[in-house]
Amino acid sequence: MIRKKKCVAMLLAGGQGSRLYALTSNIAKPAVSFGGKYRIIDFPLSNCVNSGIDTVGVLTQYQPLILNDYIGNGQPWDLDRAYGGVHILSPYQAKHSYDWYKGTANAIYQNLHFMKQFDPDYVLVLSGDHIYKMNYSIMLNYHILNDADCTIAAIEVPIKEASRFGILNTNEDGSIYEFEEKPKKPKSNLASMGIYIFSAKKLFKYLEEDSKDPKSSNDFGKDVLPKMLFNGEKMMAYKFSGYWKDVGTIQSLYDANMDLLGDVPMFDVTDTSWKIQSRSPLAPPHFIAEEAKVANSIILSGCEIYGVVENSILGSNVVVEKGAVVKNSIIMSDVVVGAGSEIDYSILDENCVIGKNVVIGKDKSVAKGITVVGRDYVVEDGSIIEDGAMLDKNSIGG
Amino acid sequence: MRAVGIIFSNIHDDNVPELARIRTLGSIPFAGRYRLIDFPLSNMVNSGIDTVGIITKSNYQSLMDHVGSGKDWDLARKDGGVIFLPPFGDLGNDKLYTSRLEALKGITNFLFRADEEYVVMTDCDAVCRINYNHVIEQHIKNHADITVVYKRGVKQGQRENAFNFVLDGERIINVSVASEEDKEYNLNTNVFVMKKVLLQNIVMDSISHNKSHFLTDVIANNLKSMRIFGYEHKGFYAGITSLQAYFNSNLAILDSDNRKELFGDRSVFTKIRDSAPTKYGNSAIVKNSMIADGCIIEGEVENSIIFRNVKVARGAVVKNSIVMQNSVIGENASLNCIIVDKAVVIRDKRNLSGSENHPFYIGKGTMI
Repeated sequence: MIRKKKCVAMLLAGGQGSRLYALTSNIAKPAVSFGGKYRIIDFPLSNCVNSGIDTVGVLTQYQPLILNDYIGNGQPWDLDRAYGGVHILSPYQAKHSYDWYKGTANAIYQNLHFMKQFDPDYVLVLSGDHIYKMNYSIMLNYHILNDADCTIAAIEVPIKEASRFGILNTNEDGSIYEFEEKPKKPKSNLASMGIYIFSAKKLFKYLEEDSKDPKSSNDFGKDVLPKMLFNGEKMMAYKFSGYWKDVGTIQSLYDANMDLLGDVPMFDVTDTSWKIQSRSPLAPPHFIAEEAKVANSIILSGCEIYGVVENSILGSNVVVEKGAVVKNSIIMSDVVVGAGSEIDYSILDENCVIGKNVVIGKDKSVAKGITVVGRDYVVEDGSIIEDGAMLDKNSIGG
Repeated sequence: MRAVGIIFSNIHDDNVPELARIRTLGSIPFAGRYRLIDFPLSNMVNSGIDTVGIITKSNYQSLMDHVGSGKDWDLARKDGGVIFLPPFGDLGNDKLYTSRLEALKGITNFLFRADEEYVVMTDCDAVCRINYNHVIEQHIKNHADITVVYKRGVKQGQRENAFNFVLDGERIINVSVASEEDKEYNLNTNVFVMKKVLLQNIVMDSISHNKSHFLTDVIANNLKSMRIFGYEHKGFYAGITSLQAYFNSNLAILDSDNRKELFGDRSVFTKIRDSAPTKYGNSAIVKNSMIADGCIIEGEVENSIIFRNVKVARGAVVKNSIVMQNSVIGENASLNCIIVDKAVVIRDKRNLSGSENHPFYIGKGTMI
């Protein structure tokens, strides 16, 4: 028996995120930690649940172990459902063919049967590399009201940055007449957010055609969407205003984290009307010692703070020993910062061990760049890690 | 050596009437994110006990909400898991049980169905880590009929029903009332281990002979006819015997050795609730305190335990206090030696103070 779902979400989570370098050596980009408590994928997943979409396929490919473990049965997002819920969709071997996901459209195409079992009217395609809060049900209503075949969420960006994005050129009614991928001279500043709603039948038809086209690179942005536009399908831009950040680079990931701080933060995760859910670790409340000093920071459960923490974000179970100073930094879960060490303008990935009297990074005003210490890295006592350095356990044969 | 667990959630509600008025003893919040039942329940799970009956009596909505299906303790099982045992009411006899033995009479079915050889019974009046396997091992070694866990120490607060075990080696030869304030005793913890069949017989016998008190009627009266032994719990033990003891026990967690013993291996389980991360403002000053997720701290916090989703506004000073979830401490308010229950609002500039040996309690949902 087919029980119908109005809208099924497909979350593209297979990307390597190569511009995050050491941070994605071992894990897929959507599994990268954010804001101490979250992983990037919590945002699209929570948005789905908060928008009333309870059937989500998560397409994984690159280093999926941690991501798969993290999503598990979907219970933290209330997606452990008897019918629907979250499903991990990895590439598989079939009788007549087997292949990795070749492009974004190919990844969705290989899971046509998954979508079809829910007989959806609409398919929402999401990517797992943005930080934002968005009610997809409003976008879906917009899609339905306009009787569109495809609706693309778009955000206005500063015109001088527009050449970094895929730009949508629209008519007055919001319908799209042209795509420009990273144009040198952008005609508009309306950038695609990589969020698409398709009428399911149209999507299935175009995916089938795309799969048979040997010249296609099987990508939504490069192949499927331009073809739909060329064929005269009704394509709408849905304007979104609000916080939205691509966290595909070390700098943008750092900036987005820092946007959580301040008395009136740029991006507020404490807002209870749009809760971002995550898989929470089991740890006691954090402890701040007598001699510690903590200001303008986020600190998670299980931390033990004996030193100074300023303008920083600490994940769970981080230990900052006596005399250590952590400033303007992101320290992910299970890191130990040894006594007397100084960390500034740096990102320390999960499970690093920083010895005593270590210096990592420099003040932002003089630093060459953000210093990054990769997962599981051990920094010996007394080491000095140059500002802007990138330490990766894998790159030294670890 | 498989054992079934029985947890009495209500039995010492009178110890802390302020906190237990709206909940069971087992659901009293503790150490920033836990409830008292988390400790015995986690001890059971960590000892490999996967069938646990929770005996309730009254006001157990909060307890059911907390434990739920038991999944956060990995006790949502097809076979066994956590089983709530509310009072069994007969037609025409709607009186609730008043003693441990009467409560056990109400769960004869649960005992009958359990196919484990041993029973571990515990209350929710203490915060400690005990490996019940060690108790069972000693029980078997001693060929004991009943093994009772005790803690050597002076009795805390105005604890009533404190009993002292007089030992010959590990065997209990006498049970006396622990009456003096500053004397060291082998104090009862109300953790009992015995064979399930024996417990069933004891319950049947107590029905026919109208016995009610487990320690005096069963243990003390049978020291000669049964082999009853004591097991000493040597680790951290905080008995929640009064509001004062509750206050002291919470603040004892600020000691790093105690914290390490209780939480070092991260195996005290509790209901997982999602809160946003805790944020410290530029003006925050925090010293020697334990602070849960979801808080916004802009004022000063010292020697205190702060539960989830608490706001301490700018200029507020919280010292030597316990502030439970969803409470708000207004701007420039000041608290010293206060136990603030859930969802309390302390308005701006209020100044409240108890004393270290007499903490002041503010009830759930109060606005001051």
